[in-house]
Amino acid sequence: MDYSQFLSMKQEIALLVVFVLVFFYDTFMPKSTQKGLPVFTIVLTLLATVAGFCTCCLGTADSVVSFAGMYETTPVIAAIKGILNVGVVIVLIQSIKWAGSDSMVVRRGEFYELLLTTLFGMYLMISARHFLLFVIGLECASLPLAAMVALDKYRYESHEAAVKYILTAVFSSAIFMMGLSFVYGLTGSLYFEDIYFALTGKMSTLLVVALTFVISGIGFKLSLVPFHLWTADVYQGAPTTVTSYLSVISKGAAAFAFLVILAQVFGSLYSEVWEGILYALIILTITVGNLFAIRQRNMKRFLAFSSISQAGYIMLGVIAYNTMGMAALMYYILVYIFSNLAAFGVISAIENATGKVSMDDYKGLYRTNPRLSFCMMLAMFSLAGIPPFAGFFSKFFIFTSAINNGSIAIYVLVLIALINTIISLYYYLLVVKAMFISEDECVIPHFRSACSERIGLWITVAGIILLGIVSCFYSSLLDMASVSSIGMYFIG
Amino acid sequence: MDIIIPILILAIPLFMFIFLGLCGMKMSYKLAGTLGTLGMGTVLVLSYLTAFTYFFSGAPEFINAAGERLQYLVFDQTWLAFTEKLVIKLGFLLDPISAMMLVVITTISFMVHLYSMGYMRDHHGVYERGFQRFYAFLSLFTFSMLGLVVAPNIFQMYIFWELVGASSYLLIGFYYTKPSAVSASKKAFIVTRFADLGFLIGILTLSYYTGTFNFTELTSIPVEGMTNVFQVSGNTAEGVRSIFANSAAPVFMGGSVLTWALVLIFMGGMGKSAMMPLHIWLPDAMEGPTPVSALIHAATMVVAGVYLVARLFPLYLMEETSLVIITVVGALTALYAAMVACVQIDIKRVLAFSTISQIAFMMVSLGVARPEFHHGLGYMASMFHLFTHAMFKALLFLGAGALIHAVGSNDYTAMHGLRKHMPITHITFLIGCLAIAGIIPFAGFFSKDEILSSCNEYSWVAYLWMSLVAGMTAFYMFRLYYLIFWWKEHKVHEGHHAPHDQAWTMTLPLVLLAAISCVAGFIPFGNFVTWNGHAYDFMAHFNWSVATVSLVVALVGIGLATVMYRKENELPAKFRRALPTLWTWCYKRFYWDELYIFITHKIIFNCISRPLAWFDRHIIDGTMDAFATLTNKASEAIKPLQSGQIQMYVWYYLIGALAIGAIAVACLI
Repeated sequence: MDYSQFLSMKQEIALLVVFVLVFFYDTFMPKSTQKGLPVFTIVLTLLATVAGFCTCCLGTADSVVSFAGMYETTPVIAAIKGILNVGVVIVLIQSIKWAGSDSMVVRRGEFYELLLTTLFGMYLMISARHFLLFVIGLECASLPLAAMVALDKYRYESHEAAVKYILTAVFSSAIFMMGLSFVYGLTGSLYFEDIYFALTGKMSTLLVVALTFVISGIGFKLSLVPFHLWTADVYQGAPTTVTSYLSVISKGAAAFAFLVILAQVFGSLYSEVWEGILYALIILTITVGNLFAIRQRNMKRFLAFSSISQAGYIMLGVIAYNTMGMAALMYYILVYIFSNLAAFGVISAIENATGKVSMDDYKGLYRTNPRLSFCMMLAMFSLAGIPPFAGFFSKFFIFTSAINNGSIAIYVLVLIALINTIISLYYYLLVVKAMFISEDECVIPHFRSACSERIGLWITVAGIILLGIVSCFYSSLLDMASVSSIGMYFIG
Repeated sequence: MDIIIPILILAIPLFMFIFLGLCGMKMSYKLAGTLGTLGMGTVLVLSYLTAFTYFFSGAPEFINAAGERLQYLVFDQTWLAFTEKLVIKLGFLLDPISAMMLVVITTISFMVHLYSMGYMRDHHGVYERGFQRFYAFLSLFTFSMLGLVVAPNIFQMYIFWELVGASSYLLIGFYYTKPSAVSASKKAFIVTRFADLGFLIGILTLSYYTGTFNFTELTSIPVEGMTNVFQVSGNTAEGVRSIFANSAAPVFMGGSVLTWALVLIFMGGMGKSAMMPLHIWLPDAMEGPTPVSALIHAATMVVAGVYLVARLFPLYLMEETSLVIITVVGALTALYAAMVACVQIDIKRVLAFSTISQIAFMMVSLGVARPEFHHGLGYMASMFHLFTHAMFKALLFLGAGALIHAVGSNDYTAMHGLRKHMPITHITFLIGCLAIAGIIPFAGFFSKDEILSSCNEYSWVAYLWMSLVAGMTAFYMFRLYYLIFWWKEHKVHEGHHAPHDQAWTMTLPLVLLAAISCVAGFIPFGNFVTWNGHAYDFMAHFNWSVATVSLVVALVGIGLATVMYRKENELPAKFRRALPTLWTWCYKRFYWDELYIFITHKIIFNCISRPLAWFDRHIIDGTMDAFATLTNKASEAIKPLQSGQIQMYVWYYLIGALAIGAIAVACLI
């Protein structure tokens, strides 16, 4: 065996090193130093991010395939992993206060180890070019999440959420595997490339069913309607930090992996089968997500439905099925990370200080906590896509990419998505209205949020504003996407 | 050339705006004012440095071997790339006019920053409310104006064009508790926005056909045997001109598309530069603090229209019609504004109409400029007049500010006989009046004389017309001067003590600007700013007969003013009785405001707005409300889906997957 192949897995190895070091720190360091664990993890993750970023920038431009074609890395893949890493760092920074609290003493290490494990799983999902590796990555990214959701184990909602999550996850995995077994039966291989060539020009009922099952399996992770029902309960029940991790990182990784699978494995069935399926799923996801979001009063639940409809927008980059769509999808994920984490940062700051998560409690927040309200407002504006914030540009790019696809049906789809942004504007502005316009006496007193929370919010706010101004980042993503190996699967 | 200085020129005012805007309330008034002024002082030094380097260093990127000044792109960064062609860039272009404008803007802006430290406080030295906000807005304005003049493409110019409009709006409405200021700011914004609509359509038309926004490409074309017209090495676009020059040039409604585009772009310039009939906002804009009037509504923003035409001048040269339109609009405006200025009683209004009239001079000068007349003398004259006018008009406005501050009223009837009480203001104001009247050797004489010479070359009608206006300028300025500083002074002033010269922060800018107004005329402007970069000695084209005539006309104007207004007498009243209609029309500004109010209130509101409002309220709102209700109902209807029961979730999951598969299969078969 050629051991130099491991060199292509630089980002995974960096992450493993971080994991092992965190594990050793947690296990063997004396109790008095345990308080330093969060910062320790953050610094290491940050180093891993920077290292990964360097390899992504300095490394060769072409793709590297290793381990008998099971694993692939390209600049685009390194970039999306880097984007996820940035999100993880922000989540970790925001988690310091919560993870540092006394009730978390025994579980602090677990949180970080589980989180890093899931991230590792996501890396494998993204890089996998063989379904075996993919499934390992998927499970690795799913199962520890259930433990993370249950981390607040003395809170009833937390373990209820975990149970709901694990049961649905297991079910969806089963369906997904069933789909895979059909695919294996039809083609005799689990390599992406082999399946692609074996499927070209073939069509059967079994194949359609298999494809539907595969889509539903990943649709579960992305919480596409109708596979989304777990989302709201789990988001609400899970500790807020875990929710934010679940809503951005897990979703971002799944979205990219989804794109890879649909293009590299089922690319030949695009116009015949999965364009239509995805078309229906996008409309359902955006609309149902929005319709539910309108009536939510709990902020976490509200963001759960908001994230469902955002997933629908992200899928526009997949259905566009061109390099621009891929770049727009990555840019969308990046912007979404900043916007959503800003919102969750405010929510968790308020929850940590006062324990309040209802939108009604946010009434008049501007008068007691102007800065937090300001951050929240920026987050909502960005999520709703109001210029000049980053969210506007990410939506703009993803719509443009879909329009560039050129088919009339997709024009209609973009139109529906645009109409839905108006609905989403309504509920995002509800939050802003509650904070700024409502005359009620605010039930949340003035408080000073922890330093870590402030840093996290500063980073996200800076991201929301800067990514709006410096949209040239998108063009470098586009350059990377246009030379990537996935690019050759796209039409046009 | 070092890139850092140009970046700082733009970055410092922007930073000052953000800093003073966000943190201004936390610091003392004095500190905010000092910081703003210091920041502006730095920008002043840097701009002088840049302009000096550009004009005098003789570096090959600024001037070629043949002595032609070149356009130099300091930087040009892609900002938004929508498509291959539709790329919006932000950059910094140095060429003769932008370097000159850097000097003008920063000089006046610095003077105003300094002056406002004294002006924006009452007689007891208490600063006005919102003092920091005032400085923040001044910085924003300076930033936008600098961004406008250095724009290397028309889109950047448009962006900053709107930004100056916005900051002008903010500054006119600075006293937002005063209803008149609020309505004046709204008026200014709406009128200029309306004009900018034309500008935008013009830009889009032009760039649609040429495929570029860049000035260097739009204007860097050899014209009629001239070897070089502003070229940036390696970045020329010969094709741009050929699009319009050939016989298959696109035509729209009888005119070539280029004419339409240029006239529409000029419409934007008409709005900002207060040309008739879009001039109505400028007199009202005097509701803002006086330093603002000096900076924005006399020296810098209002000449943006002139600058725009000058910027695109090679394109305008291609269409004779557009230049004729500019000339006619300018000439009408010049006469109109001069007539109105003769009878106004608010001193700031007189100055406002005088500004309109002088800008019209610049426009006419551009309109009559042709390469064959003394190497495009009119172009140079226009820029020269822009430069000198900025100096002496800012001086006059700041002087008026000092008077208003001392007396507490805009009305000249409250002033009279102030020359003994305010000697410095008196002398500097007199210098300003002499300069604008065009008396040798003050600045206005030279620039106005160049304008008249080039009118003379163009047609005798234009020459006589503009000479008449020049005479009227001398008349109304000295009328104002005598009414303020001569006549018998009032016994009791409304304040508790007699008016006196103001603090040094206010008098120093006056003295400096007066000094500039004395000597600026001797700048050999032709060596620096010409339409094609060829330097030439304009004294060689100096037409002594024109100069003598214009001097005589100015002296006649002054003489007439002396006779009528030196002392309180019956002559003005007699004159008024002799021509009552003319006097009333002038006093009422030819009823333009009333006309606009009639058109907007009676015609537009009744015939268009009301039906639209009804349609909006009943049909559109009704539809939207129906949609909202529908959305809400739908949301209610699907509520049971989210039951919280895990078995139901999984059930829906499976049904969903199977249903989608079934539909896909059904579609396939």
